[in-house]
Amino acid sequence: MRKKILFISRHAPYGSSIAKEALDAVLTMAAYEQDLSLLFMDDGVFQLLQNQQSHEIAQKNFAAMLPILPLYEVENIFVHLESLQARGITENELLLDSVQVLDSHAVSVLLAQQDQLLSF
Amino acid sequence: MIFSLAVYSAPHSSQASDTAYRFAEALLAEGHSLYRVFFYQDGVHNSSNLLTIAQDEADIPSRWQHLSNTHQVDLVVCIAAALKRGILNQEEADRYEKPAHNLRQGFALSGLGQLVDAALASDRLITFGS
Repeated sequence: MRKKILFISRHAPYGSSIAKEALDAVLTMAAYEQDLSLLFMDDGVFQLLQNQQSHEIAQKNFAAMLPILPLYEVENIFVHLESLQARGITENELLLDSVQVLDSHAVSVLLAQQDQLLSF
Repeated sequence: MIFSLAVYSAPHSSQASDTAYRFAEALLAEGHSLYRVFFYQDGVHNSSNLLTIAQDEADIPSRWQHLSNTHQVDLVVCIAAALKRGILNQEEADRYEKPAHNLRQGFALSGLGQLVDAALASDRLITFGS
């Protein structure tokens, strides 16, 4: 039976390994053919910024890794509107065309629909 | 109800793994079952047998080991996260030609698929830390 599973990524792409290890977990889950979604909120929205220059700090580039998500059939990708607004980020600065912007109410609806939440 | 726990923080630098342990004890005491505890990110440090704890402080890794011994709880450590943090079993130490190994008895190294499996096999997956 397919389960509805939502990953929540809440940390910035650099400065800690949390976001990278969250993405590894998402890609692993993608191989199991579940009803998979991914939500960026809090500082996790920084992962979606274009023009990341992580080579300057010898880190792998999130802006290069995130576009592979649709290839893994991770197509339900969401970003939390109020988290963007609090950080002065607009939608046209985001690197995934397919990302859907949800306000807090819509996020609460999304959370309530899930069988499992994996929070990073 | 079938539970699994995901532990993402190191013992002694964060309260999270201690809280996870207390949650595990409580759910077992209530008659629920614990399918797996999965250690990922800095949570892999819970599985080191080199942690040296002051006598007046809680020895959380040995509590996990006790839990495994008494309730046959599956304690799984993400192998990729563990190797890069210096947690190895004998097999990995041999493979990478390292001078020692330090995975505590009762814990097993395995892949992230075990976290996915826990999410699919359990009614509740509860995350602690990070």
